[in-house]
Amino acid sequence: MIGAHGLLVVIPAFNEAECIGDVVREVRGELPQADVLVVDDGSTDDTLAIAERAGATVARLPFNLGVGGAMRLGYRYARDHGYQVVVQIDADGQHDPRYVPKLLDALDEADLVIGARFAGEGGYRVRGPRRWAMVMLSVVLSWLAGTRLTDTTSGFRAANRRAIELFARFYPVEYLGDTVETLVTACRRGLRVRQVPVAMRPRLAGIPSHSPLKATIYLGRAFTVLVLALLRR
Amino acid sequence: MKLTLVTGVTGLVVLLVIVELLRRRQLREKYAILWLVVGLVIIPLALFPWLLDDVAGALGVASGVSLVLFLGIVFLLLVCVHLSWEVSRLEEETRTIAEDLALLRTEVRADRERGWGDDVRPVSDADARAGDPT
Repeated sequence: MIGAHGLLVVIPAFNEAECIGDVVREVRGELPQADVLVVDDGSTDDTLAIAERAGATVARLPFNLGVGGAMRLGYRYARDHGYQVVVQIDADGQHDPRYVPKLLDALDEADLVIGARFAGEGGYRVRGPRRWAMVMLSVVLSWLAGTRLTDTTSGFRAANRRAIELFARFYPVEYLGDTVETLVTACRRGLRVRQVPVAMRPRLAGIPSHSPLKATIYLGRAFTVLVLALLRR
Repeated sequence: MKLTLVTGVTGLVVLLVIVELLRRRQLREKYAILWLVVGLVIIPLALFPWLLDDVAGALGVASGVSLVLFLGIVFLLLVCVHLSWEVSRLEEETRTIAEDLALLRTEVRADRERGWGDDVRPVSDADARAGDPT
């Protein structure tokens, strides 16, 4: 059991008034020992008030920074308050908090644990350029991490103190930088990365895009981010 | 003769705009000096474009005017790259300040909820680090 100041669940939220309340209540129900920090990424709706009423601590950014900005804020908060473990969960409800204990168990032999969609559980399928992008990212990052990583863009993660210290200093704001580049950096700094299979639920609000043009652009961006991440010091 | 007039006047106007911006403290010195130097180099060239013909010949460029055009484009490209770099740096700084602000606001609100701040109570560094002094 993790102590009073052990586990922090960070939920980055941008205009998620529809589901943030349910997500916070569910997390608190499943993980009563955890503190919940919602990072309101400059929302223009009632995200802040709803999250607070649901019992979360809320940190409000004055304007929208993107997931990376919100997450670095979360990790800085965790570092400054001495938390030992950070779990990050999306605000749209697709991450099931019942898997968090599984992620925490895997932290025994890893510094960063990813909840991965394609690793056996759940029915999530993609095709076309989006799939090629995922395969490319998976191959390169698996090679870097020295272990099989199938879902590198998953925002469902658990980080121990070592990873918290790294991410409090370094967490890019660029699109895909918050997932792919952080993984590359973590591997290069010698952090042990592992994945744990999880089932993801359909989002409570919003629909993922299936346009082939967008998927191709996604492939290009994924490739660019990956190459830059590998070139960067 | 007409061409010389047009280029010369253009150079002078640019120089005046820079001096005026500088006088109103709208331009940081580091940029102002750069543009002033550019202006001072350009005006003599506008009046006497053949000044660079010898240099151009030595470099294998047909005429001084072509050389000025080439150098001008290279220079502007470098300025653009420099500005992109400055903007990136500024964005990073703004981001850090935004995060600091959000963290501070959260701390202040947590302290208020604990009833601090109603009466003035000194907060030690240890308290600030631990977050929860109880």
